Amino acid sequence: MSSLLGHPSLALFAGALLLALLRGAPRAAIAVLAPLVSVWLAWNVGEGTVWKASFLGMEVAPFAADALSRLFALIFSLMAFLGALFALNQKNRLELPAAFVYAASAIGVTLAGDLVTVFVFWEAMAIGSTLVLWSSGTALSYRASLRYLMVHLFGGMLLFVGVAGEVLNSGSTAFQSMALETPWQWLILAAFLVNAGAWPLSAWLPDAYPEASWSGMVFLSAFTTKTAVYVLLRGFPGTDFLVVVGLVMVFYGILYALLENDMRRILAYSIVNQVGFMITGIGIGTEMALNGAAAHAFTHILYKALLLMSAGSVLYMTGRRKCTDLGGLYRTMPLTAACGIIGALAISAFPLTSGFVSKSMITQAAGDEHLFAVWMLLAAASAGVFLHAGIKFPWFVFFQKDSGLRPPEPPWNLRAAMILVSALCIGLGLFYEPLYDLLPHAVDYAPYTGFHVVAQLQLLLFSGLAFFVMLGWLRRTLTITLDVDWLYRRLFPGLALRAEGLISKTMQGAGMQILRILRLLDVWARYLHGPKGAFARTWASGAMGLGVMLMLLGFLLSYYLV
Amino acid sequence: MSIRTLWIIFIAVLALTVVAQPFVEWHPHFAVESLFGFNALYGFLACAALILVAKAIGLLVKRPEDYYDE
Repeated sequence: MSSLLGHPSLALFAGALLLALLRGAPRAAIAVLAPLVSVWLAWNVGEGTVWKASFLGMEVAPFAADALSRLFALIFSLMAFLGALFALNQKNRLELPAAFVYAASAIGVTLAGDLVTVFVFWEAMAIGSTLVLWSSGTALSYRASLRYLMVHLFGGMLLFVGVAGEVLNSGSTAFQSMALETPWQWLILAAFLVNAGAWPLSAWLPDAYPEASWSGMVFLSAFTTKTAVYVLLRGFPGTDFLVVVGLVMVFYGILYALLENDMRRILAYSIVNQVGFMITGIGIGTEMALNGAAAHAFTHILYKALLLMSAGSVLYMTGRRKCTDLGGLYRTMPLTAACGIIGALAISAFPLTSGFVSKSMITQAAGDEHLFAVWMLLAAASAGVFLHAGIKFPWFVFFQKDSGLRPPEPPWNLRAAMILVSALCIGLGLFYEPLYDLLPHAVDYAPYTGFHVVAQLQLLLFSGLAFFVMLGWLRRTLTITLDVDWLYRRLFPGLALRAEGLISKTMQGAGMQILRILRLLDVWARYLHGPKGAFARTWASGAMGLGVMLMLLGFLLSYYLV
Repeated sequence: MSIRTLWIIFIAVLALTVVAQPFVEWHPHFAVESLFGFNALYGFLACAALILVAKAIGLLVKRPEDYYDE
């Protein structure tokens, strides 16, 4: 393969262009084939720098790869394929090309050898994802997408300043592990964390993603946050402070998901929760932990897509998103329910699923490092994942009560995509060696020991018991939950409105004063210059003669006086 | 299958996971893990605590659905 055309993003960019032009069967063929070519290219990416160039006097390497970048490029291109298969029935013609640009840019970040290229693809990702949101076409999604764009442009600005400072400071554009020694590196970290959905800048995710179309959210869930995980893995492994960031995300995601009524918002909060596990692993920073974080990103993309495909199928067939409107759908959508349950078991890290072979490495790493508090919190969070996503999602959507809805199963391609991803979620749980071989460090870990399996089953099944015992406390209500986005949706606009009121009132007051002064001037001017004014009146000629005489007298007197 | 049967099966499986503990080789990182049924108890209590905390947070931040509507 010519290295000139070997970049996996190229196939997707070309696919996006063709999708914009084609219709019907050729369009469907390109939608499925372009990502497959990309998968093949990602599989064949060799290690090392492939493209080198000079840009604005800087040495850049837009195409460089190692095991870590290859792992992410592979899962991103695979996800583009699975998402495209799922989205073939999407009537909106913008969504799929936008999703391809988005996926291609995410791959671009993972194969970037320098910070400048990272920045360029970072911004392209923000544009692609915003277009995916826009193509949903509702007023709500439009407003949410503007808030989404605002947050990501802010993140992009942080990244730009950080990268510019870092390049100037170190004299090198290379994207390497950073020790947080300069403010520039902190800015880069902050930009990465915005995209990771780290609290408190996490509200954009559950705010915007659920407003995407039934197929759009499948794409959105995969790329932005996991690209952030990739750059954190490369740039900031072993940064202690990330353990705290990750643990906060883990619990924030669980607690907010428990309060949520919208099935896709539950899954959105659970993205934050899952990325929290990965960031905790990055913070721990041992080879085991980094492998765990990378593997978990890989498996997470698949089972989260599966959960969102299941939810997307329900939305596609019923047009409903709220738990209070749903329930009992297993009767007529058994396949969608079964696939949703497989996704739910995988996200909960049940033995025999993909989540088990990846997440347990992060917990293991915490144990190996004797981080007791971290380990205890991760175990509690693992139980909480089963609670908020593992049982809550399938229970309220497919079981619970009979909502009276009798939707049939979704069209064949939605079913095919779900079956394929389900097979991958279980397949990776059974045959994990190929995944372990792709990880950045050599793996010395056996997931299926009697100890791991029994301990995990105890933890999860008793969480299930807690769910059903406390079901009354979990009853869904017609409510939303305030998040940090309240600041920029309510507080700031409210303050701006009040400030505007104050300013316009002051302006009005000042205007009145000026008007009064002008009126006075007007009256005075009319008094002097008006038709009857002192200067405009017709004087008698005698009066003028008198005036001139008095003036001359004044002159005469002045000669004598001086 | 009635709900009652499902509960019986569920409780039987729960019991099985705890009873199985002495029969597998245990490799704990921390002392607490060696306690009989620790993971079971911890999983249950952690979830109960999470539900209670969520409930408490909900009192503060739950709003009607049309809260943000103009």
